[in-house]
Amino acid sequence: MRYSIFSLAAQTLKGHRGWTPAWRDAAPKAEYDVLVIGGGGHGLATAYYLASQHGITNVAVIEKGYIGSGNVGRNTTIIRSNYLLPGNTPFYEWSLKLWEGLEQDINYNAMVSQRGVLNLYHSDPQRDAYARRGNAMRLAGVDAELLDREQVRAMVPFLNYRDGRFPIQGGLLQRRGGSVRHDAVAWGYARAADQRGVDIVQNCEVTGLTIEGGRITGVETTRGAIKARKVALAVAGNSSRLAGMAGMRLPIESHVLQAFVSEGVKPLIDNVVTYGAGHFYISQSDKGGLVFGGDIDGYNSYAQRGNLPVIEDVMESAMALWPGLGRIRMLRHWGGVMDMSMDGSPIIDHTPVQGLYLNAGWCYGGFKATPASGWCFAHLIARDEPHEVATAYRLDRFATGRLIDEKGAGAQPNLH
Amino acid sequence: MRITCPHCGARDVQEFTYLGDANPQRPEGMATTEAAMHDYVYQRDNPAGRHRELWYHGAGCHAWLVVTRDTRTHAIEAVDTANAIAKGDAA
Repeated sequence: MRYSIFSLAAQTLKGHRGWTPAWRDAAPKAEYDVLVIGGGGHGLATAYYLASQHGITNVAVIEKGYIGSGNVGRNTTIIRSNYLLPGNTPFYEWSLKLWEGLEQDINYNAMVSQRGVLNLYHSDPQRDAYARRGNAMRLAGVDAELLDREQVRAMVPFLNYRDGRFPIQGGLLQRRGGSVRHDAVAWGYARAADQRGVDIVQNCEVTGLTIEGGRITGVETTRGAIKARKVALAVAGNSSRLAGMAGMRLPIESHVLQAFVSEGVKPLIDNVVTYGAGHFYISQSDKGGLVFGGDIDGYNSYAQRGNLPVIEDVMESAMALWPGLGRIRMLRHWGGVMDMSMDGSPIIDHTPVQGLYLNAGWCYGGFKATPASGWCFAHLIARDEPHEVATAYRLDRFATGRLIDEKGAGAQPNLH
Repeated sequence: MRITCPHCGARDVQEFTYLGDANPQRPEGMATTEAAMHDYVYQRDNPAGRHRELWYHGAGCHAWLVVTRDTRTHAIEAVDTANAIAKGDAA
C-alpha cells in the first residue's frame, strides 16, 4: 500500500480497518546473497539501499530483538552536518542531503524537521574555533552562520544571558540541521526494504559466524543456520562481541549514553540548541516533551542504563543554560550502548575475513548518519569498494596513523 | 554505582576517574614492533561481562585501583590497588 493523502482519506471512510502491517515478519530462508546483522537504523537502511540502489534483493536483516529496539530508538533525534575534518564533512553532508529527500524516497513520514541546530559559544577562543568550523563547513558546501549574542538572543530569548562565568556570546547555526522522528526511521526503512523483497527477521540472535578458509559462508542463529555469500555487521554497541565471533578485536569500547525527556509542554523551543560550556543539547519533540542529553557515563557498559552522576551533571548544565527548565518535571530517561571508537569516528570497511563487512564505531553520533551509513555500506557490500564520501572510515587507519579525531582526545574512548 | 576503595571504604563513583581496560600491558617501546604497539594503544577486548579496569581515586586517597566489574550489570566483584597487583600481593 502506498501512503498518501488519498490512502489516508480512503481509510478514514472505512474507519481505519483496512491498514495492513507495514512489513512482513519473515521467517529466515536457508540462504541469502547478503545477510545484514542488526535491525537498527543502519542495518535497515543498508538493506533498503542494497535493494533500491544496487538491485540486490535476496537480502535478510536479522535482529536479536525487535527492529528499532537499539540505538535508533535511544537517541535525541538530532540531525546535522557541522563537522570540521575532511574525512567527516562530505559524509555527514551526504547524510543530511539524504535526510532531505528521505520521506519521498521511502514513502514514509519520518517527520524530518529542519529547525536549525545552534551551537552556543561562551568565550573568544570558542568563537574563533566555531568560526573556523563554520568556514570549513562553508568551504565544503555546507551551510553555516556565525551569530553574535544579539542574534542568538533574538532566536532563543529565554536562555540565561546573565551568566557571568559562561556568558552566551553567540553561536554557530546550521539552519538545515534539525530533528527526525527516530522510530519512524527504522519503520520507514523496514517497510521500504520489505516492499523490495528484503526479509526482516526479528527475534533471531546470531550465535556464531561460519568461516571456511578465511571466507564467511553463513551464520548460526537461535533460529537455525543461515547461509550467505556476504555478511554485514551493523550492530553498534555489540560490534566487539560479533567481531569476536570472527576472531577479531576492534578499536572500540562499549559505553552507555543516557538521554532524557520532560513532560509534554506547549511549544517552548523552536530549534536544537547545544550548550558550549558543558556537554548538553536540547530540542522539543512534536509531542511536546523536551528531549535532552549530555555526556556518556564514561565507563565500559552493555547495560542500557546509566547512573545518577551523569543525570545530575546534565540537569546542572540544563539549569545553567536555561533556568526556566527548573519548573518542568522530567518524565523518563533511558540508556543506549554506544560503540566508542578510539578516534571518535566510525568504521565502514571490509574485514580480514572475505565476505564479512563491518559498520561500527558510531560513538554517540550514529543517528544523524543513518541514511549515509546505509548508503555507503550498501555500496561497499555491492561493489567491494568504498563509497567516495566514506573512504576515510577504514578499519586499518589506527595502524596507518590516518585517524579522524574531531575532538583531539586521543585513544581514550570515554573522552570523545 | 559505588566502589569500595581498599583505603577509603565504599565511595560514590563520582570520586573516581575511569581510565579503561587494565589488561593491556605496554610493550617495551624500543624493542617492540609497530603491530604490537598498535594493539596495545587501540585494540580492546571490550567484553560483555567480567571486565578488569583501572579507576583513579582522585577525590580520595589518590590510589590507582583495579576494579573487576560486570559490564552487563555494573556489579563489582573485586577491588584491589594497582600497586598491590603490581607487587603480586593482591587479595
